[in-house]
Amino acid sequence: MLYYLDLARRSFARNRVLTSLMVVAIALGIGTSMTTLTVLYLLSSDPLPGKSDRLYHVQLDPMGKEGYHPGEEPHLQLTRYDAETLWRARRAKHQALMTGGYGVADPQRAELSSFRVDLRYTSADFFTMFDVPFARGGPWSEREDDARARVAVIAKELAEKLFDGVDAVGRTVRIDQHDLVIVGVLERWRPTPHFYDLHTGAYDEVEQVFLPFSTSRELELERSGSIDCWSETGPASTGLHAPCVWIQFWTQLDSPDEAAAYRDFLVSYSEEQQRAGRFQRPPNVRLRNVTEWLDFRQVVPSDVRLQTWLAFAFLAVCLLNTVGLLLAKFLRRSREIGVRRALGASRRAIFAQFLVEAGCVGLAGGVLGLGLAWLGLWVVRQQPEQYASLAHLDATMLATNFVLAIASSSIAGLFPAWRAARVPPALQLKSQ
Amino acid sequence: MSFGPILSALHRHRTAAALIVLEIAFTCAMVSNAFFLVSERLNRMNRPSGVAESELLVLQVTGFDKTSKAQAQTQEDLAVLSAIPGVREVASSRQVPFGDSSWNTTVKLSQDPTQESRVNVSTYLGSPNLFETLGLKLAAGRDFTREEYVEEADALATPNTTRSLIITRAVAERLWPGQSALGQILYMGNYGVRVIGVLEQLVRPDELSGPTHFELSVVLPVRPQLKPVDNYLIRTEPERRQEVLAAAAAAIERRPGRLVVRQNTLEELKNKYYRGDRAMASLLVAVCAALLIITALGIVGLASFWVQQRTRQIGIRRALGATRGQIVRYFQLENFLLATIGIALGMLLAYGINQLLMERYELARLPAQYLPVGALSLWLSGQLAVLGPALRAASVPPAVATRSV
Repeated sequence: MLYYLDLARRSFARNRVLTSLMVVAIALGIGTSMTTLTVLYLLSSDPLPGKSDRLYHVQLDPMGKEGYHPGEEPHLQLTRYDAETLWRARRAKHQALMTGGYGVADPQRAELSSFRVDLRYTSADFFTMFDVPFARGGPWSEREDDARARVAVIAKELAEKLFDGVDAVGRTVRIDQHDLVIVGVLERWRPTPHFYDLHTGAYDEVEQVFLPFSTSRELELERSGSIDCWSETGPASTGLHAPCVWIQFWTQLDSPDEAAAYRDFLVSYSEEQQRAGRFQRPPNVRLRNVTEWLDFRQVVPSDVRLQTWLAFAFLAVCLLNTVGLLLAKFLRRSREIGVRRALGASRRAIFAQFLVEAGCVGLAGGVLGLGLAWLGLWVVRQQPEQYASLAHLDATMLATNFVLAIASSSIAGLFPAWRAARVPPALQLKSQ
Repeated sequence: MSFGPILSALHRHRTAAALIVLEIAFTCAMVSNAFFLVSERLNRMNRPSGVAESELLVLQVTGFDKTSKAQAQTQEDLAVLSAIPGVREVASSRQVPFGDSSWNTTVKLSQDPTQESRVNVSTYLGSPNLFETLGLKLAAGRDFTREEYVEEADALATPNTTRSLIITRAVAERLWPGQSALGQILYMGNYGVRVIGVLEQLVRPDELSGPTHFELSVVLPVRPQLKPVDNYLIRTEPERRQEVLAAAAAAIERRPGRLVVRQNTLEELKNKYYRGDRAMASLLVAVCAALLIITALGIVGLASFWVQQRTRQIGIRRALGATRGQIVRYFQLENFLLATIGIALGMLLAYGINQLLMERYELARLPAQYLPVGALSLWLSGQLAVLGPALRAASVPPAVATRSV
């Protein structure tokens, strides 16, 4: 083996340019495919590992007869009336209604000026259902939801900005001139994708301030995200009875039976609403868990998928190139192989010798490729995309990288080494 | 020169020849498709927006006092802004082109619920001089008169107060193909509005429903209700943009309680809007360049190997009277042959890849004029790559033939 390594070293020394060309080609191929694969892997990751199959997103079809086509996908969000009614029915283990919003935070400190913050209006179960980690305090209670309490849960970054490390729980944060009592401070939390509301950006950061939905309606805070209305709304599209969908509704259902029962409940609720004249279409409900939901919404940008395909096609060309060059290089040494074979080397020995040489090229390319992948991810992090800051190699991707490097170098080396091993011993000794 | 000797030589090295042909085919297919993708992205980025892109500034402002009269605050802000030297026009606007929010509604031809002729449009609401500030161009009809403007609150409370609107040519063609849209009635919700003007173009801020919807927008003579965050649009001379933007932001921050959330030129917003396309286009160009270089280097490697292996034969040919030029042409022709087979395969592959892209990414069919791009780039890079080894082959002295190896 050591002898083969030494032979490989000599061979590289004879053809420095050709060898480094092969190494660079493999490295480029592996570097680009690892970069794009890492981005794809991060963007299609599971936001709540271990729980994403038990959290379900609810859709109903509350629209009028106008433009009705049977079997069509209902709206992605719920009306305020339906969301509040389902929330009050409490038919699931946990349920929360939610929507995004924004406001101006007034730090009430001379040295800090006011700034815009992203808000989320939701209900108490949001935090337990999504396993949101708290640094201090905890969620508000359902009683506070009912009482439209002026309470808030804020992100750690905001707490640090506003209170300089002093415990924020019990203090107040002023949003759009309303004082809210802070009951909890979140630990850093960034589910990827931002699955619970894809309208505000699929890879957005989590909002800075959470407050009860009921409170946000009483204070008439501004909403953000998407809103769809299907008939004249009059003065307010966010009123309780407005024909507009703008609220997301999530439930936790621990078993398939519970999910089936909840689906039945949604159908019977739709029928009830149809009888009451609110719904004019036959029941058309959807209940998708997090995985199904992200799949259905195709959150991973199609450009990122395209880039991954492109990178692997590029890797294929690089490998093809290396196979061709290795083959040429090995067969050029047919005379040397012939002599070794005539002196008693077995085919297996020749195969091993050339596989070691090819393996060295592949390994060098793989290691260099890993370096290029680091560089590539650094470039991705400099991009102004929402997901840019996520682009890091983790243990899984590092392992994948090594497997890819080894696999591609063996693919590139196997065929030329096999061809070299088939060189007949006698023929090459003849003078040409 | 005949192909005979070349073909028989290639036949002896069919594996290596097949590998290089395959590499050329892959590269050709990828380069053709990549060039098509790049040109699609560039076309997207060059779509006209219908507004005076190089003259517009956008201020996103917050900190209005909700208690006092909302419209008065906007009026005062606009007056302050228009007094700044260099400012040509100012307006408040609910949404801005390439901005991050879009206000959409559905317009239709009648109130009949079974009416299928309906179009989702984005609605521009703003202060009366929004039209001049954006620099919109009418294809037909007229701009709103001051009397036609109403307050948003009034418009919502009594829907029938909005009696006229301006639509883009794209909306007109959707609703009344081949006819004049002027004077036609269309319905928003359950009230009718009359088309008084048709714009050449006006882009909508979002493309959620796909690129074909990019030009579906309408302008309503409605002064928007004050939001906690509002947009002010300023039109100025292109070369004074930075100076005016800084002055305008400073002037607004001096107003009681006001806060400028964001200040941009419209060009900056446009660049941000297309950053994904730009990144994708540059990536594709970089990958194409890398592919061509790697393929060319592969050709160099293989050709040098063949030249070395055939040194004796080259010597014999030279000794038998072949000129240097004939030796060079032999290798050039050989490369041309390999490249041509590769390109022919590559074109089939290009259509295959395009078919896949069409299914998965809703891409258009690859127009035939992109195929020569891939072909030409490979013929050229192949000839360039083989030139070095071919010249080395030509320099083999005829005397080599007499030596035994």
